[in-house]
Amino acid sequence: MTTWIDIGSVVQIPRRGARVVKTAHGCVAVFRTHDDRIFALDDRCPHKGGPLSEGIVHGTRVTCPLHNLVLDLETGLATGEDQGRVATHPARLEGGRILLDATLLAKRSAA
Amino acid sequence: MMVQKLVVIGAGMASGRVLEHLFEDMPGAYDVTLFGAEPRGNYNRIMLSPVLSGEKTYEDIVTHDAAWYDANAVTCRFGETVTRIDRARKVVVSAKGETPYDKLLIATGSAPFMIPIAGRDLPGVMAYRDLDDTNAMVAASAKPGAKAVVIGGGLLGLEAAAGQRLRGMEVVVLHLMGHLMERQLDPAAGYLLQKDLERRGIHVHCKAQTKAILGNGKVEAVLLDDGTVYDADIVVMAVGIRPETRIATDAHLEVERGIVVSDQMITSDPDILAVGECVQHDGQLFGLVAPLYDMAKVAAKTLTAEAAAFRPQQTSTKLKVTGVDLFSAGDFAEGEGREEIVFRDPSRGVYKRLVLQDNRLIGAVIYGDTADGNWFFGLIKDKTDIAEMRETLIFGPAYQGGASADPMAAVAALPPEAEICGCNGVCKGKITEAIAGGATTLEAVRARTKASSSCGSCTGLVEQVLAVTLGDAYAAPAVKPMCPCTDLTHEDVRRLIKSQALKSMPAVMQELGWKTSCGCHSCRPALNFYLLADWPLEYRDDRQSRFVNERNHANIQKDGTYSVVPRMWGGVTSARELRAIADAADKYNVPMVKVTGGQRIDLLGVKKEDLPAMWADLNAAGMVSGHAYSKGLRTVKTCVGTEFCRFGTQDSTGLGIKLEKLLWGAWTPHKVKLGVSGCPRNCAEATCKDVGVVCVDSGYEIGVAGAAGMEVKATELLAKATTEPETIEIITAFVQLYRENARYLDRPWKWVAKVGLPWVQATVVDDLAARRALVERFEISQSVYRKDPWAEHARPEDRADWAPLADLTLEAAE
Ligand code: SRM
Ligand SMILES: Cc1cc2nc3c(=O)[nH]c(=O)nc-3n(C[C@H](O)[C@H](O)[C@H](O)COP(=O)(O)OP(=O)(O)OC[C@H]3O[C@@H](n4cnc5c(N)ncnc54)[C@H](O)[C@@H]3O)c2cc1C
Ligand code: SF4
Ligand code: FES
Repeated sequence: MTTWIDIGSVVQIPRRGARVVKTAHGCVAVFRTHDDRIFALDDRCPHKGGPLSEGIVHGTRVTCPLHNLVLDLETGLATGEDQGRVATHPARLEGGRILLDATLLAKRSAA
Repeated sequence: MMVQKLVVIGAGMASGRVLEHLFEDMPGAYDVTLFGAEPRGNYNRIMLSPVLSGEKTYEDIVTHDAAWYDANAVTCRFGETVTRIDRARKVVVSAKGETPYDKLLIATGSAPFMIPIAGRDLPGVMAYRDLDDTNAMVAASAKPGAKAVVIGGGLLGLEAAAGQRLRGMEVVVLHLMGHLMERQLDPAAGYLLQKDLERRGIHVHCKAQTKAILGNGKVEAVLLDDGTVYDADIVVMAVGIRPETRIATDAHLEVERGIVVSDQMITSDPDILAVGECVQHDGQLFGLVAPLYDMAKVAAKTLTAEAAAFRPQQTSTKLKVTGVDLFSAGDFAEGEGREEIVFRDPSRGVYKRLVLQDNRLIGAVIYGDTADGNWFFGLIKDKTDIAEMRETLIFGPAYQGGASADPMAAVAALPPEAEICGCNGVCKGKITEAIAGGATTLEAVRARTKASSSCGSCTGLVEQVLAVTLGDAYAAPAVKPMCPCTDLTHEDVRRLIKSQALKSMPAVMQELGWKTSCGCHSCRPALNFYLLADWPLEYRDDRQSRFVNERNHANIQKDGTYSVVPRMWGGVTSARELRAIADAADKYNVPMVKVTGGQRIDLLGVKKEDLPAMWADLNAAGMVSGHAYSKGLRTVKTCVGTEFCRFGTQDSTGLGIKLEKLLWGAWTPHKVKLGVSGCPRNCAEATCKDVGVVCVDSGYEIGVAGAAGMEVKATELLAKATTEPETIEIITAFVQLYRENARYLDRPWKWVAKVGLPWVQATVVDDLAARRALVERFEISQSVYRKDPWAEHARPEDRADWAPLADLTLEAAE
């Protein structure tokens, strides 16, 4: 069973933007798309660790701010000719609140 | 069988339907008493909008008249509010006493939500819910030049706005979100709607946060958070509704957001049913009539002891404003495994977006041509497999099972008299004639026929005619599109933004046929610049379309920290500024303090969450952002000049400071750097800058288009000026011309190479009127942008936005 943790209200993240959630083992970037969908990915670009939360969000993609790798928010995979993958985490929106999977944190603190 | 007593609370749309079904299913089963708070019987509430606009009268929308109540022996208690339900004794209480029931039906609808702001109780502030509200609006319109402000740009608010406008009022719509009807429409359709309403003379203000309603004894104006004030004789709040549950709550029925009902429409009390907007079924609330009518059917069955279950169905939305054609249904958010088909016809203002999942249509947004709306809605409801018709689905039922919908075939099939270019009235025959006469390129066709030479929106069609006529002999022009979202070049887009007066990003994307719903990292920053450069007063900067450095007003470093560079006007600083910089370096543990190549100091390695506090400290010492991160004015490098140097011919330091104070804050296509040297020895390296001034005895030599980055190139002489003000004017005009014309990410040297120095000289040096006009436009833009972004973002109340949204490290450690 998934236990969900409430990390904040959706309005705290701008549309086509992201905010960071700190966990014991690194930051998670929580994205909000133009049509109010929520995604959570590790905040580390598979290329050279760029902070994905600072990238430009377009459709369901984000462009890394350091060297423009474009990643798919749903799969975490690099798009086009590029290679690479970033870990994605379950996230959902309920009544305007953003919920993250608590096991994510447990896993991380056990690691 | 004994006749049972049914009491109905609320004479609205849902209860009217229940009674119709009940009398049909089992006439005479109940002795009905109908309470209504409004002093009238059931009427078609959704048709209040045509009553407001004058297209219908109240009599036209009455659904049940006195004869009908008579025929069905309904005891009407209109104008009587039920104040209490006594479940133990099975009676309802109203001002005129008690009325007993065997079965009770609650159908109290919704209450409009009123935002709790100052002034909301002033006379003239109202909701839009019933006939009285409608009549109040009609009465307000009697005064010549009356002004209405509608708060809320959803379905109701817009119908109120359109109706009042048709009654001759001046109408402003204030909407909190970025586009109208955001729950039913995506931004592209919202933009088209806004344009349509504005064409009707309704002023729409999105992202409007209402702060207070002003007035002395009656409403006079509405004040927004940003300080805007709109005069108002009447204010209509249409910001949402809440289920009207008060009597149910008082009677201790189970009530969450609405009165909780089962699939049979029974509340937590087996003798009490509820239908309509006041209920909550399976966690869901309702705001449109279609599902309420289904509830009514079920409630009638339950009352006659027949089995039935309510299942909410999909709903679709239409806005009832004559001449506005929009339709939305289903779920149209992007999502995993979902695909979209977008069709835009800018010349007709048509936009269609279909969302597919597993070969099924699950959502549709249509604007401008909604004839096929119901067909799409049917496909959604029936979950039809559309695999077979996928290619032509968006063209609607007319194209199914018929000829192929290949656009080329469609163009080939057009008759010679079909119009291709609307602006210049050019038909297909004229174009094929020109092609036969040797015009084999777009340019040649343009030159001979004028087709696609005005607004340019038919360019694609003209190219298709070329392709169809010439076949393989046609070589499509090898222009490089701006990005994969469009086939247009940067130059085309800049031209069209100006010629078609496109003033927002959705406007550009719609009118120019963007292929994606919200652009990409490559086009969005460029569009954002073009729009703010061309419409400085109308366009609002879109922060989310900016590259990280410009969004965070600092340069990101490879480890995710930032560098902070305060401005040092003309490279001059003071002990006080240096002290403040040193203090900031200590306070925020700055790992490196470096003197830059641009005559100022860089604090490198600052954490994002420290930025606002650090800026506030630097602001307190009188320093502002150095924009070391922006496509904008960077530095004006100077030398010491006549003030100190034995060779100086003019005050180069002073001129540099004046230029920097004039130009700072302006956004440009790429970064802009200036240098001012006091004599030809050129200690400020002015001859390799974007703009460089070399002072001489007779005045100022202004050079432009230098480079010293990946390319190294000396400046070219733009003009020689004799006075400082003339020098400043020419440089300002040059910068503005560059802002208005260059493509995004071209430094001035690249742009000048494309347009030619002679044209630049003719415009900013020789043509005095053009020069002055450029300077004036620059000043207009600076009235918005000559502001310190650090000060704007350093406010204590905004600081949380710069820190992580949540810190779970502590919880995980527990
Ligand atoms: C800090 C500084 C180096 C220094 O320690 O001196 C610097 C640092 C950077 N330069 Fe520079 N440039 C600096 C002076 C220069 C100069 C010399 C000058 O301004 O007199 C040049 C050559 C002149 C010119 O502008 O072309 C220069 C040519 C570039 C270029 C190449 C531009 C080109 O068109 O070829 C880039 C890349 C770009 O802009 O796309 C660049 C980009 C950068 C970036 C922004 C790289 C990046 O995108 O992260 C560096 C940011 C570091 C940071 O976080 O602060 N920097 N850079 C200088 C800051 C000047 C200032 O006070 O604002
Ligand atoms: C201007 C306007 C336009 C609309 N357009 C559309 C549209 O195009 N399409 C669409 O699907 N929907 C539309 N709607 C929504 C639609 O009208 C409602 O969904 C529908 O009327 C709800 O029906 P109801 O019976 O639940 O409530 P109502 O129709 O509101 O009826 C409830 C009645 O109960 C009365 N009442 C409340 N409490 C008591 C009490 N204690 N005692 C006695 N009486 C009480 C109220 O006065 C009211 O008359 C529109 C609504 C408005 C206001
Ligand atoms: S030359 Fe400029 S861009 Fe290159 S490493 Fe140095 S600071 Fe960075
Ligand atoms: S670190 Fe993300 S693209 Fe290089």
